[in-house]
Amino acid sequence: MLEAYPDNRLSRIFLWGFSALVMAFLMLPTLVVVPLSFSASNLLEFPPRAYSLRWYETFFGSATWMAALRTSLILGTLTAMVAVPLGLLACISINRLGGKAAVTIQGVLLTPSIVPGILLAIGLFFVLAAQRLVGTLFGVLVGHVVLAIPVACIVLLPALARFDWNQVQAARSLGANWARAIGGIIVPQLHISLLSATLMAFLTSLDESVISIFISSGRNSTMPKLMFLSLRDQIDPTIAAISTLWTAIVVAVVLIVTLRRKS
Amino acid sequence: MTATADPALAADALRERRFFLSLSLPALFIVGLAAILPILWIIRQSFLTTGGEYTFGNYEKVLSSGLTWSALVTTLELSLATLAICILLGTPLALALASARPRVANVLMAFVMLPLWTSILVRTYGWLVLLRRDGLINAALTGSGLTAEPLPLVYNFTGTLIGMVHYMLPLFLLPVYAAMRDIDANLIRASSSMGASLGQVIRTVILPLSAGGIFSGSTIVFIYTIGFFITPAVLGGGKVNPLSTRIERTLSTFQDWGSASVLGILLLIVMAMIGVMFLAARRLSTRNGAAHA
Amino acid sequence: MESLPITIDSVSKSYGTYVALDDVSLDIQAGEFLTLLGPSGSGKTTLLMALAGFVRPDSGKLLLGDRDITRLAPNKRDIGIVFQNYALFPHMNVLANVAYPLALRKMPKAEARRRALDTLARVKLEGLSERNIAALSGGQRQRVALARAIVFEPRVMLMDEPLSALDKNLRETMQYEIRRLHDDLGITTIYVTHDQREALIMSDRIAVMNSGRIQQIDTPQRIYDRPSTRFVAEFMGEANIVAPGLVRRIDGADASRATLMIRAESFHLDEKLVGRDGIALEGTLRAKAFRGENWLLTLALDGGGQEVLVCIPAALASGCGELATGQRVTAYAPAAKVHPLPETIA
Repeated sequence: MLEAYPDNRLSRIFLWGFSALVMAFLMLPTLVVVPLSFSASNLLEFPPRAYSLRWYETFFGSATWMAALRTSLILGTLTAMVAVPLGLLACISINRLGGKAAVTIQGVLLTPSIVPGILLAIGLFFVLAAQRLVGTLFGVLVGHVVLAIPVACIVLLPALARFDWNQVQAARSLGANWARAIGGIIVPQLHISLLSATLMAFLTSLDESVISIFISSGRNSTMPKLMFLSLRDQIDPTIAAISTLWTAIVVAVVLIVTLRRKS
Repeated sequence: MTATADPALAADALRERRFFLSLSLPALFIVGLAAILPILWIIRQSFLTTGGEYTFGNYEKVLSSGLTWSALVTTLELSLATLAICILLGTPLALALASARPRVANVLMAFVMLPLWTSILVRTYGWLVLLRRDGLINAALTGSGLTAEPLPLVYNFTGTLIGMVHYMLPLFLLPVYAAMRDIDANLIRASSSMGASLGQVIRTVILPLSAGGIFSGSTIVFIYTIGFFITPAVLGGGKVNPLSTRIERTLSTFQDWGSASVLGILLLIVMAMIGVMFLAARRLSTRNGAAHA
Repeated sequence: MESLPITIDSVSKSYGTYVALDDVSLDIQAGEFLTLLGPSGSGKTTLLMALAGFVRPDSGKLLLGDRDITRLAPNKRDIGIVFQNYALFPHMNVLANVAYPLALRKMPKAEARRRALDTLARVKLEGLSERNIAALSGGQRQRVALARAIVFEPRVMLMDEPLSALDKNLRETMQYEIRRLHDDLGITTIYVTHDQREALIMSDRIAVMNSGRIQQIDTPQRIYDRPSTRFVAEFMGEANIVAPGLVRRIDGADASRATLMIRAESFHLDEKLVGRDGIALEGTLRAKAFRGENWLLTLALDGGGQEVLVCIPAALASGCGELATGQRVTAYAPAAKVHPLPETIA
C-alpha cells in the first residue's frame, strides 16, 4: 500500500527494519527449542556443544509420555469425529433458518470461544465432579468438543454461504430427500472445507491445555497437561524434544490443509 | 388484496422451520452441557459452603481479601500493557506487510502465523529457555559485557508480559492487516498528489481507514488476556497472580470451591464490563462516522 | 410419456409487505409450452419455484392433473427442472449427473446407464458421458441439465431462464432445440424468461406477468398485436400509445375514441401502402437513426407534441436518408395494425 507513495526509501528501510525485529520476536521462541532438543548435554546451552538424540530417546522410552501422547491423539481424533458432523448440521441449520434464530444459534455455539478457558475448566470440573467423571477421557472429550464446535463452524459457515444452494434444490427436484441431499451433494462438495474443519478440530483438541490441566489426570493425562506440569517442576531438554516433535506435527497438519486447499 | 393465509400451508412452513432448527440441536445440546451448564454451576457453587449449604460467606471472604483486589489490578495491568504493546508493535508490522507485494506478504504472513500454530506450552518453554537467569539472552548480555549481572527477565511481570504479547500479537495483527490491505492504493496516490508527507498520509488516511481493524484486534486482545492462565502460571513463577491463577490456586491448593467460584464470577463480570465498554465505544465511533459522512 | 395439465388456483405469496404473487390463477393444458414472461421482480420465478415446491404459497392450490401438490415435498413431485445456472453437480461426471435421479429411484445400474446414455444421445451429447462438468462448454452444460431433467420421465418440466447465460447465436440454436425436444416428448412445459423475443419464438401461449399478477395470457401473436394493457404493449416491443384525437382516418371518417396502440414497425411513409380505412399521424421529425435493417424516426405530433416512434424497413425507405430534422412528416398505418387498448375503453 505504501509503495503507492512516491520516494519513501528511507522510511521504508526504517519500517522494514522494525518489522524484521518484530518478526524475529515472534519466531524466536519456537525456533530456539529445535537445536536444544538435539543437545547432548543436561544443561540448556546454546548453541549445544555436542549433538545427540538422547532426549528423543528419553521421550519415546517414557511410559508416562507415551501414554499421554496416545491419550492426546485419541482425544483429538474423537473430538474431530464428533465436533465436525455436529458443526456441519448446525451450520446448515443456521444457513437455512436465517434471521434472528440463526443469529441466536450462532451466538450460543460461539460462546465457548469467548468464555475464558479457566472458567469453562472449573465449571466443567464442578459438573463432572458431581457425576464422578473427573479424570475420565469422556470428561475431557466433552470439553474439547465444545471448544472444537465453534472452530468447525467458523470454517464451515462461510463455505456453506458460498455453496450453490440450487444444487440442493436440483437434487430435491430429482427425487432426493434431505438426508440424501446432505450426504450426496453438500458433503462431497464441501469436502475440502470439511477436511480443514476436521484438522482444525483435531488441532484444537491437541493444543488445548487449560481444560486438560483441570479435568484429565493419571493415565488419561494429555500431552499439554504433562508439559505444563514439567514446565513448573523442572525443565530438562526432554521438553525441547517434545516441543520440536509437537510443532512438527502441527506444522505438517497445517501444511496439508493449505496445500489441499490450493490444489 | 391478498387472500388470507391457508392454515395448513402455514403449519407446513412451521414444520420445515422446526426441521432446520432440529439440525442444530445436537451441537446446542453439547454447548449447553459443557459450556452453559458449567457457568451456571459456578454461579451456584459460589453460594455453597463446603458442606453444601447456601451462604454469602464465600463472597464476604473473597471480596474482603486484599489478594482478590491485587489479582484484579494485576489482571487489568497485564491486559492493558499487552494491548498497548500489541498496538505499538503490530500496527507498523501490519503496515509493512500490507505494503509488500502479495506473494511476499503471503510468505511473511505464514511466518507470522507460525507461533499461532505452535502450542502455547512449546512457546512458553521457548521463552523460559531464552529469558531465565542462565538463559540465552542473559548469557548473551553478560557474555558481551553489556550488563555485569543477569537481568531478571522471567518469573516476574516482565516475563509474563513478554509471553502474553507473543501470544496475542498474531491475533491482533490479522484484522489490522486485513483492514490495511483493503485500503485503495489510489487514496495514497491522491493524498500524496495533494502534497501530504508520508507521515501525514499515515496519520490522515491509513490510520483512520484501518481504525476498524485496530479496534477488532484490540477487542480480541482484551477478550483473550483477561482470562489468560498458562502464561502467568509458568512465566510469572508464582509472583504474578491475576484472577486466573488465583482461581486455580484457590481450587487446587486450598480446595475452596466456593471462593474459586466467586473469583470466576468476578472474572466474568470484568469481562462483561469490558465487553460493554467496547460495544459502546464502537457504537459511538460509528455514529460519529455517520455524522461526518 | 403421459403429460399432465397444471392448474394454478388463486396462489398468493408475500414476503413481509412485499407481494410476490397476488392471487394468481392459470390453467396449462397437457402438453402445452407456456412461457411466463415479465421483468425481474414480476413474480414469474416465484411462481415457477412454487410449482417446484421450493416456495411455499401463503394460500391457493397447485394441481398436477387431478392431484393436489400444494403441500407435497419437492422430491415427491416428479417435476423436471432446469435451473438458471444449471445446478449440475460438479463432483459427478456427465453420466452420473444424468443417472442421479434414476439412482434415487433405485433403478438397476445397467438399466439406469442405458437410459442415461439414451437421453444424452437425445440431447446430442453422445461421447461426452465420462466428461467432468468443469470441462464442458456453456451449451453442453445446458444440454446436460436438460437431459437430467427429462431422464426420469417427469410429467411436467419447468425451466427458469435456462438460456440467459449463453451467447446470442447459441441461444437461438437452443431455443429451437428445446422446442423440438418439447414437441418430441409432448411434455407440459412452463418456461420462464424476461426476453420477449424468446417467448414469442418458443411458446404456444405466453403469460405476461407484472407485480405478482398475470397481465394477459394468450398466443404469441395476439399478445404482440392485441395487448390488453399498456404494460404488455410496451413490454412486448416498440409500442406507441397514442391519445385519442391525435389520429385522423385517411378516408375522413370519425377516428376511434379509444387510446390506440400502434407498433413502430406498422407505419409507412407512403399512403398507397395503407388501405383507405387506415390512419394518418402528422408531425415534425425530431430525430432519425439508421439501424441497419431499418430506420427509426422520432416524430413530434402536432397538437401536444407527443412523440411517436416510426420504424421503416431499410428496403422500403429510399427517401429516409434525405429527411432532415424539423421537416414535416406524415406516417400512415393500416387499420388492422391499429389496436384500441381495452383497459382504456370505459
